[in-house]
This record gives sequence, C-alpha cells and structure tokens, in this order.
Amino acid sequence: MNVVVLNEVRKGFYLDSVALMRLSREVAGSPGVIEAALMMGTPSNAAIMRNAGLLEEGTAVKGNDLVIAVKAESETAAREALDNAIKSLDKPKTQGEAQSAWRPHSIAAAVKVRPEINLALISVPGEFAASEARKALNRGLHVLMFSDNVSLEDELSLKQQARAAGLLMMGPDCGTAVIGGAPLAFANKIRRGRIGIIGASGTGTQEVSCLISEAGAGISHAIGVGGRDLKKDIGGITTLMAIDAFESDPETDHVVLISKPPHPDVAKSVLERIGRSRKSYTVCFIGASEIELPPNARFSPTLKGAAELALGDKKIGAGFDANAVASRLPRSGRGGIEGLFAGGTLCAEAQVILAAAGRKVASNAAIPGVVKLGVEPNAGRDRLIDLGDDEYTRGRPHPMIDPSVRDDALRAALKNRDLSVVLLDLVLGYGAHADPAEHLTKIVADRGQDAPALIASVVGTEQDPQGRSAQVRKLEQAGILVAPSNAQACELAVAIVQNAGR
Amino acid sequence: MTDQDRPQYQQLLARKVEVVNVGLEGFVKDLRDCGIDVVHVDWKPSAGGDPQMAALLAKLGV
Repeated sequence: MNVVVLNEVRKGFYLDSVALMRLSREVAGSPGVIEAALMMGTPSNAAIMRNAGLLEEGTAVKGNDLVIAVKAESETAAREALDNAIKSLDKPKTQGEAQSAWRPHSIAAAVKVRPEINLALISVPGEFAASEARKALNRGLHVLMFSDNVSLEDELSLKQQARAAGLLMMGPDCGTAVIGGAPLAFANKIRRGRIGIIGASGTGTQEVSCLISEAGAGISHAIGVGGRDLKKDIGGITTLMAIDAFESDPETDHVVLISKPPHPDVAKSVLERIGRSRKSYTVCFIGASEIELPPNARFSPTLKGAAELALGDKKIGAGFDANAVASRLPRSGRGGIEGLFAGGTLCAEAQVILAAAGRKVASNAAIPGVVKLGVEPNAGRDRLIDLGDDEYTRGRPHPMIDPSVRDDALRAALKNRDLSVVLLDLVLGYGAHADPAEHLTKIVADRGQDAPALIASVVGTEQDPQGRSAQVRKLEQAGILVAPSNAQACELAVAIVQNAGR
Repeated sequence: MTDQDRPQYQQLLARKVEVVNVGLEGFVKDLRDCGIDVVHVDWKPSAGGDPQMAALLAKLGV
C-alpha cells in the first residue's frame, strides 16, 4: 500500500490537549487517512510523532508550534484531510464562557488586574508546567499542578520554594482537590461536611469522597499533594503542610490520608506529625501491610475501608452480596481477570484485593508484591492496567477525559477466551467525559455470548453533571454488572472466577 | 495565634478561592458553575517554545 505523510506546522499557535484531541479525531476520520495527529511540537510530542512515522523527513518543530500530521493511503487523501484540518483551525472560535470573558496573556497580567486571585490551576504540557508554577509562586499564589511529566528535581525545587513562602504546592500530577467547595481539576459534586482528605492520588480522593458523600456524610476540603510527595526525594513536604492546614481548620474533625505506601522515612515523619494532631485520622496506604500508628489514627489498605472508617465504621454497599451475584452468572472463559482502569489508585486497590484473595497479579503500575508488566514474565496472571499511566497519556488527554484510550484493549479483552472477567471503572465529575457510560456501552454492544463478564464501578455522586444513577442504569441496560464501589467490583470478579472454577 | 498570623497555606482553607487557570479551558466552566471566580490565561509556550529557556526565564522572574 502506498503511504503518504504530510505535515503542516503553524508557528506560535496553541490549542489545549482536549481541543487537539477533538480535531485529531475529526482528521483521523477523513476518507483514506491511516493515522493523524494534531499536537503541540514539544520535544516529547515530536518524539511520539517521529516514532509513529508521522513527521516528514526534515520537519523541524518547536514547543510553540502546532503540528498537523497526516498519514494517508494517497497524496489526494492526505492533502484533503490536511486542508480540512486547516479550515477547522481557522474557523472562528465559538463564544464559550472563557472566550467571552477577559483573557490575559500571563499569570502576572491576571494577578495585576485581579489581586484577589490566590490559586493557580496549571494544566499546560509538562515541559512548561514547572515554569508556570514558578511564576505563580513568585506572585504569592498557591498552585495546583494538574500537569504530569514534570521532573522530580523540578517538583522538589517548587515545593521547597512554596514551603519557604508559606504557599501550598499541590502536584505535579495532582488530579483533584476541593478547597472550600471549589472543584479543582477532576472533582465531584460532593456534600460539604467535616471530613478532610489529603490525597497523593486523584482517583483515590475521588472514590473516598464520593463514597462518603453518597453515604450521607460530607467533605470539608480535599487537598491533593501529587503522586510522588511521599517519596524519599520529596519527603512529604505538601502532605506535612496539609496536615498543618487541617489542624487549624475549624470545619474539619477527621482527616483521611490516601497514598501508595510511602518511603519508610517519610511515613515515619508523617505519622509522627499525625500523632501530635488533635484530630483523628484514617491512614490509607494502599497495598501497605498493617503499620504502627499513633493512637489517634486507624489504618485501611483499601479506599472503601478508608471511607468506612471515616464514616465511623458504617458499611458501604451493605446489601451487595458478591457471592450471590456470582452464583447467578453463566460460566465463560478460562478464569482470568483483566482490569482496564482510568483511575490509577482504583487499579492499585484492585491489586490489593485480588492479591489478598490469592490471585496472581501483574500490572503496569505494580504495587509492592505484584509483578510489573513488561519487566517480569506474567503468563497466567491477572492483568490490571492503569490507562492513566504516563505511557498512555504522553501527548494525549487522560482516559477520564477521553475514554477511547481504553477501546482497543477492551475490544481485545472481549475476544480473549482466557478471561472470565473484565473489570472497568467509570469516573464522573467535573473535568471528566460528559457521558462515559454511553461511550463504553457502544464499544461492548456487539460482544459475543461467550464474552467475559463485564464488571464496573462508577466513581461519582448523584449531583455530578453526569448523574451517577443515570450512568449506572445505562451500564446495567447493556448487561454490565455494576458494584457499589471499586473494592466490591473486585470482590465480585474474584467470586465469579472462583465460581467458574468449581 | 490569629488567622492573620498563620502562614498563608493555613489560611487557604478559610478563604474564598479565586483561580487563575492556565491550560485546559474546560476547567473554567466547571469552576464558574460552582460560583468560583476564575480568570483564564490565553496561554502560549513562552521563550519561543523552548522549555529550557522558559524554565530559565521563570527562575529569573521574567
């Protein structure tokens, strides 16, 4: 087959990754197009396009260039797709809310006119995120950095600068925070209440806050710290500051701390600080074994368990009986489980639960004790994939924004006769896809009778823009089993494969 | 200690949040829907799109 690659480079033209994704899809759908990409020409994006054979020989790009790259079956098809992309780019923008308002060109200009601004929400490409965060800190702003692919050195230096200035540096790779009811980045519409959350993980915070909210209690604030804050290199700088912030917050009685297992030295200093607190704590180090805690703290290795402790031992999804549901299902597959997760911490929680049930597990985001995919042999193991990991999100939006990241893997899993169960998560809320259930049900609609059982959990609340019960209904109508929490979805998966083995 | 004496990060939880958004435009609508004041920056990569130069300029306070 004849393959033609054409590029168009727009100098000094910026679009955010969601707008680029929409346009990329439009161009990729043109007749005769094999592959297409619209990306900012950052060094990492240029490498992605070069590896995919999408950059013409000799095409030089810079980080502030917009690159349109088309690979097509003929010169005519490539040219037509490229022309359509250019027309779309040149179309006047619709007058959305952000367009109609004043749009300064820099943080400095914004703060000069609006000195009341106290927080910068930063989601630019990773290569530029640290520079923008530094500008925000220099102007006395707290920062929530949603961007990932930021170096550990930059993270440490930004957090040290923030601490010296008495400012909170949330992130990088901080997926969510809720400060005084303000949903920052991905967040759900949750009830206000007296439980605070400190989260080194975005979806972990979302799952715990939603379970608490749906159980009738509420959240005072949720502070995100970024996935690496409790690593030895960072030393828990933001976590320790968040503990201090909650200490002096009269709206908070109890705090839930959520993270993957920290470095032992960092865990020691964090737990020592919690021990000096006047408030009670739930410590959820996902995948850690029982640890020695101060008297004002209790431990949970799972998100559901953490929510239950914070609720004063109230059971979540008490009417859900995994064994009873499993016993009513027909058998299919050879007993394998595959998890395709948008939420990294939901993937980690799944590893904890499957491993505790005696399953052999492998993951691209392996917790301690689990085999790392692509590094160690994983034949015969359940595969739990975090689709939000850097390898899947470099140069494209997070699967919570663009669920199509999961589509190919899901289609393959549906035809895999080794599998008895496919585990899925849907994450609702602000920032997330408008209707992830609709997207998912279309992908699985034509699955065979003997396809593996599909089990989903829905992270969200009834008040979220997507509405939790409406999403659950759509999934159930498509024959997808929906559990009250991710943990219970995993328990059901285990019950099904154990049932199939009998 | 009065609220004013505390470091800024301890005051954040008691204050109204007002946001400058730099990056994904979709976050602006979500914040406004929740009654939060937000200014969206019409951002472009600085320093001609050279990340290292941009980092240097930010460190220099430019």
